[in-house]
Amino acid sequence: MKFDKLLVLAAILGVWQMTSLLVGVEVLTPPLGTFAKIGRLFADPDFGGHVWETTRAFALALVLSLAIGLLVGLALGADRLAAEVGEPMLTAFYAIPKVTLYPVILLFFGLGFAAKVAFGALHGIIPVALFTMAGVRNVKPGWLRAARAMRLTKLQIARSVLLPAALPELVAGLRVGTALTLLGTLIGEMFASQRGLGYLLLQAMERNDPATITALALLLTIFATSASALLLALERRLDHARVVA
Amino acid sequence: MNDAHAKLRGVKRIYRGVGKQPPTHALGPVDLDLKRGEFLSVVGPSGCGKSTLLDVLAGLARPDEGTIEFEGKLVQGEVPDGIGVVFQEDSSFPWLTVRENAGFALARAGMAPAEIKERVDATLSFMGLASFAESYPVQLSGGMRQRLCIARTLVTRPRLLLLDEPFGALDQQTRLLMGDELLRLWRETGATVLLITHALDEAAMLSDRVAVMSARPGVILDLVETDWPRDRDSRIVSEPSFGAVTARLWSTLRGESMKSMATQ
Repeated sequence: MKFDKLLVLAAILGVWQMTSLLVGVEVLTPPLGTFAKIGRLFADPDFGGHVWETTRAFALALVLSLAIGLLVGLALGADRLAAEVGEPMLTAFYAIPKVTLYPVILLFFGLGFAAKVAFGALHGIIPVALFTMAGVRNVKPGWLRAARAMRLTKLQIARSVLLPAALPELVAGLRVGTALTLLGTLIGEMFASQRGLGYLLLQAMERNDPATITALALLLTIFATSASALLLALERRLDHARVVA
Repeated sequence: MNDAHAKLRGVKRIYRGVGKQPPTHALGPVDLDLKRGEFLSVVGPSGCGKSTLLDVLAGLARPDEGTIEFEGKLVQGEVPDGIGVVFQEDSSFPWLTVRENAGFALARAGMAPAEIKERVDATLSFMGLASFAESYPVQLSGGMRQRLCIARTLVTRPRLLLLDEPFGALDQQTRLLMGDELLRLWRETGATVLLITHALDEAAMLSDRVAVMSARPGVILDLVETDWPRDRDSRIVSEPSFGAVTARLWSTLRGESMKSMATQ
């Protein structure tokens, strides 16, 4: 198992090195050069501020995505009529390339921090809401009847039946929501922003600085994949319905 | 009959119509006394309100008219202590192991872990599930999952056990054997049992008394005493009197089933 993962890592580094040699180092910086660049980035006193800016915006956007997404999902999941009206609307909105709405967001929130957060949250809310809805609908009426027959209080039913029944979907929503919120936050930073990793990325593009681009891409990839892998592992552990004998 | 374990008087249940649909008179009026420790089955055509009767008796639904008493106290929209219910559909919790499922109600009621373990172990081995204690429900067969649902109810030591077609989804052989197990647990726990079923042979084989219900709105048309010995099992189906009991049930039920089919 460990060995497999090492093999995959070695393959990725190999392909990266080869591609870099094929297209030229002035287009794609090779692995070693990228690692060196990451080291230099962290040595730069300004870099920490940019990382902090993105972290702050992402964290806030994620909290908003989860809170609003959960509320919307619970409200729509609890009522059949609301679900029938709400789900197609959410799915349609999910399909819109949200970047087209960014000018509107900027008009609403002004240039700067608030706009990035709003744009990040805009990406995360819908998947969280959709997965929450699916989670609530996964609760079999028989479980609730059995819980009532076992004389559970409403609070106990919520904690011991509804929550565990919907949990695998909630974690799936959290995973997809996290990935999309990060995407939204970074896109938000690339335009109309003077700080953050997205801003650095766009600046590096304008200055034709492939080493910085590759270094930032690598850092973001590592963060996004580890967050996703962690949540996926949690999801698999929770979903006993998929446990095979 | 003052020693009745549960008493239904003039119980009616009417479902309000959704939107412009007219209300549906589903059940009643029903008068019924459950004797302490007896095994009573309720048979009736599909849609006659058998399950509604069970819901109302358990306190899961309120009657629109009439009263229900359990051990001398009124049942009002809440399941009283001492009543255990097993439903038709598999309602085991897939995120819990067999052991955790079985101990679920006791843990919620705040019982000490050591006592829960003792009761759960005893009940699981009684139901033949001891070697599956650490498995999850998906790893069990349908019959075993239904046994788990029965075990989950038995650990609470109900004095009145209500069963809503618990073997409906199982094949015939499994049903006969589950019937034997049901008789065994009825004898050993001393509980009063009310079984809702659509299978005449099941009702005739298991019960002390069988109540036959009419097509909707369900009322009790006939109460048949079987006079079986308390110590009995599924081999009773070969007795000549078994045929007589089933024949009497069917003669009452046939016309009702035809009415029920015509309205569906």
